[in-house]
Amino acid sequence: MSSREEMLARIHAATADITGLPDVPRRYQPAGRGPGSADEALVSLFEERASDYQATVRRCAEAEVAQVIADAVAARGAGRIGVPRGFPALWSALLPGPVFDDPPLDVAALDALDGVVTTCAVAIAETGTIVLDTGPGQGSRAFTLVPDYHLAVVRTGQIVAAVPDAVAALNPVRPLTWISGPSATSDIELSRVEGVHGPRTLDIVIVAD
Amino acid sequence: MTFLGMPTAPRGVGQLRQEAPFPVAAARALDDSQLRRNLGHATSTIRAKRAAAVAEVPDWQELRAAGAAIKDEVLAHLDRYLLQLEEQVTARGGTVHWAGDANEANRIVTGLIRATGQRHVVKVKSMATQEIGLNEALAAAGIEATETDLAELIVQLGHDRPSHILVPAIHRNRNQIRDIFLREMPDAPAQLSDEPAALTAAARAHLRRKFLTAQVAISGANFAIAETGTLAVVESEGNGRMCLTLPRTLITVMGIEKILPAWRDLEVFLQLLPRSSTAERMNPYTSMWAGAVEGQDFHLVLLDNGRTATLADPRGRAALRCIRCSACLNVCPVYERTGGHAYGSVYPGPIGAVLSPQLTGVADNPDLPFASTLCGACFDVCPVAIDIPSMLVHLRSRVVDDKLAHHRGPTPEAAAMRGLAWTMSDPHRWTWALRAGRAGRLLGRRYDRIRHLPGPLAAWTSSRDLPRPPRQTFRDWWKAERSQ
Repeated sequence: MSSREEMLARIHAATADITGLPDVPRRYQPAGRGPGSADEALVSLFEERASDYQATVRRCAEAEVAQVIADAVAARGAGRIGVPRGFPALWSALLPGPVFDDPPLDVAALDALDGVVTTCAVAIAETGTIVLDTGPGQGSRAFTLVPDYHLAVVRTGQIVAAVPDAVAALNPVRPLTWISGPSATSDIELSRVEGVHGPRTLDIVIVAD
Repeated sequence: MTFLGMPTAPRGVGQLRQEAPFPVAAARALDDSQLRRNLGHATSTIRAKRAAAVAEVPDWQELRAAGAAIKDEVLAHLDRYLLQLEEQVTARGGTVHWAGDANEANRIVTGLIRATGQRHVVKVKSMATQEIGLNEALAAAGIEATETDLAELIVQLGHDRPSHILVPAIHRNRNQIRDIFLREMPDAPAQLSDEPAALTAAARAHLRRKFLTAQVAISGANFAIAETGTLAVVESEGNGRMCLTLPRTLITVMGIEKILPAWRDLEVFLQLLPRSSTAERMNPYTSMWAGAVEGQDFHLVLLDNGRTATLADPRGRAALRCIRCSACLNVCPVYERTGGHAYGSVYPGPIGAVLSPQLTGVADNPDLPFASTLCGACFDVCPVAIDIPSMLVHLRSRVVDDKLAHHRGPTPEAAAMRGLAWTMSDPHRWTWALRAGRAGRLLGRRYDRIRHLPGPLAAWTSSRDLPRPPRQTFRDWWKAERSQ
């Protein structure tokens, strides 16, 4: 008998006594409880919670995005900025040194960048999280990992209230990266250090829809 | 009760067993004042943070109840969910391997790495691979594995053992860590300070090139969704993302109990886990992938290693609900003082005391169910509501039963209990025994309490005093009172 068959047989025998399990009680707050999309309270909460993680959050109108991005990048002293496929050309128009990820940059090329700009798939107000799913404007998983600086643009309409809303909105077979602030560790005496292996700096720009 | 036909985790491989009896190892740990200071600071800090993170969630108890029930559902139909997971991962280009125990898992992983021709791999922190002693098995096969989690790196460079599920180097302070880095990290700056930020920067520089050039990575998994084949790794530093994303080959070793039935179930566990473990609303990074993505080769190794034996005990199987958050360690008065090493296993603290003896069989970790005051703090904080205190009591009885089954004739404990039962079952015998007990007054003469009992009874007084018996038994006093 193969290990597969053996393990399955053992499980079958081990669970033979279990009958009539009750249904999972889902009395917690389900998806869809929060206010509607682009609700101001939701946007403010996201802004506050993302800032709690030492991400720098800016808000602006659609027409100002290019300038806000250029200013944020300049404030970080970052020159060579990776721009993924599908990132709105208007938004990257004022970047001094855009490097287009088309064809996709290899790891060495990514390592030579100062930072990247991306969009995101969804953002969670309660936890200050953004989620990337490698869709248009987001680049590969490595694209937002290797460079030391990441600026993500979030549309107010992409902000959901809580974790259940994000789970409902995401596609489980796409590669997903949930990001809550810059990389961090508390491994030395539990004192928090921001910036380990992932981007050490995270900026978020919230664009009003 | 024994569970015939259910093999436990094999001896001689991995890290699940006590090297010394718990009382001996605990006494050694208690002698280390530096360790006690580090642990006291760390556990009290994280306890307070966790309480705040949990208090913020109005539906915490409802999430907890759902989490427990989802895990029970998984355990009840584990065979079905494993087959579904296998089907989904395979359909998305991954390869699934089944490992009955630690040796088989190590063989499979070694073979997969050999097939790539690589001699060096990077690793994401993973309890399962520590449990099976994968790094040692790889070293024996000439493959070097680099731990990339900061705490695991500290442990690896210090030729040490992890002492906490979440913060494995909790027993080290900044000075000790700087010394380890200066000694073991050739590229560490000579002027390295002991500031956590400086130490972290040194680790970043040390690991960066390894990340960017590694061809093979090994990870564990926090969750695996049967419905979609999605795997999830929850982390903070970005070392997980580096390992999961950059190398061409990814090998994930996962305990079979890590499954969740449906994608939707993550809405529960992605709230329970971060707040319980790092006391954050959300951990910095969570990676999810289904099958082979972005041109990678993906292998999933499903590990039993005593889990089916655990599953077979109706009163012990709930230990498999555990999501390795480590909240129970931080609230445990025993763990807070002894630290993780005293438990011998990679799973220390209250959850380790119920999990390790079940994975190995109680004969191999007979002290662990007793390494508790049964205060119940672990049950209160457990995000999947594992009733650890009741399970400890149950496992204590399994330890006693197991000793009886393997002991020739009655054990001293059993003989004593039988004698006691005989004495107590007859009022005359009992009265006589109580009076005879007054002889113990002689032993307590000096300190008005008994510090050392003679003969085999000495074990009782090795760690506690016995009150000196009174001059008069209660029965004699009662009789005297009534006769007046």
